[in-house]
Amino acid sequence: MLSEALFFSAVLFVIGVFGVLIRRNAIIVFMCVELMLNAVNLSFIAFAQAYGAAGQVFVFIVMTVAAAEAAVGLAIIIALFRHRQTVNLQNINLLKG
Amino acid sequence: MLLDTPVVGRALLQAVEAKPMPHGTLSVFYIFHFYLFGLIAIVSALLFVTRKSPVAAALWLVNTMFCLAALYVLLDAQFIGAIQVLVYAGAIMVVFLFVIMLLNLGRGEGKTDTRGLGWKLTAGAVGIALLAEIFTLTRASTPLSLTLPQGFTAQQVDATGAVAPVAVPLFNQYLLAFEVTSVLLLAAIVGAVVLGKQRGETDAE
Repeated sequence: MLSEALFFSAVLFVIGVFGVLIRRNAIIVFMCVELMLNAVNLSFIAFAQAYGAAGQVFVFIVMTVAAAEAAVGLAIIIALFRHRQTVNLQNINLLKG
Repeated sequence: MLLDTPVVGRALLQAVEAKPMPHGTLSVFYIFHFYLFGLIAIVSALLFVTRKSPVAAALWLVNTMFCLAALYVLLDAQFIGAIQVLVYAGAIMVVFLFVIMLLNLGRGEGKTDTRGLGWKLTAGAVGIALLAEIFTLTRASTPLSLTLPQGFTAQQVDATGAVAPVAVPLFNQYLLAFEVTSVLLLAAIVGAVVLGKQRGETDAE
């Protein structure tokens, strides 16, 4: 089932990329990043079945990084919301020249 | 007898013959469920990306994660499947929902939420290019000497339980990475507290 799993993983990853590019709500963009991480995890698990269990260790570490990223990222979003009263990325353009 | 086995889920799957056969053939039951959960995951992901309300989007993403957990179990990674439900669906998504609730964003923002046609076309082009790349990679062949025999992982899980295949490399070969992870988590905790603190809380006095 390796190629099927890779197919599902690829489609989920592309849906995540699509979401990051077309949405403006910061929280939904952030959740799309989580979806991309999940899609890569599926690839890792499929490869782990075919090539040895080290892939499952990588998934473990990816999940830890995702948890840390969610904590810090959501804190940033809360700080931004306090500052601007919105999470719409259109209005968060301080760095735009 | 059933409860004595290290992995009850494995035994239950065996009871309905969902296990990959040792001869290299898969049962129809197994293939059907693999495609079923994969398709549900993709449909939920599409609904997740297109929902206006962040709460609805988050719940569809939780559904995707549950389907992925099911796929992990079908791919002989039962422990990771359980962790997926506990950590991703249970903890990370709850934090997302908390933030949506805290910032009172449940309604969604209507039309300003999606970008214009130019961005959509760009996203479509990037998506097609990525899919093509990944499918090319999928077709690449790997040396047979690297490939484990079919059903090897399942036999390993049967012999040592679902946790040992993850735990043994994690605490031997990848011990350093595991320890460094603790530093990462500490940094994340400190960062989240510092960023989440009310502005002016310290210099209020």
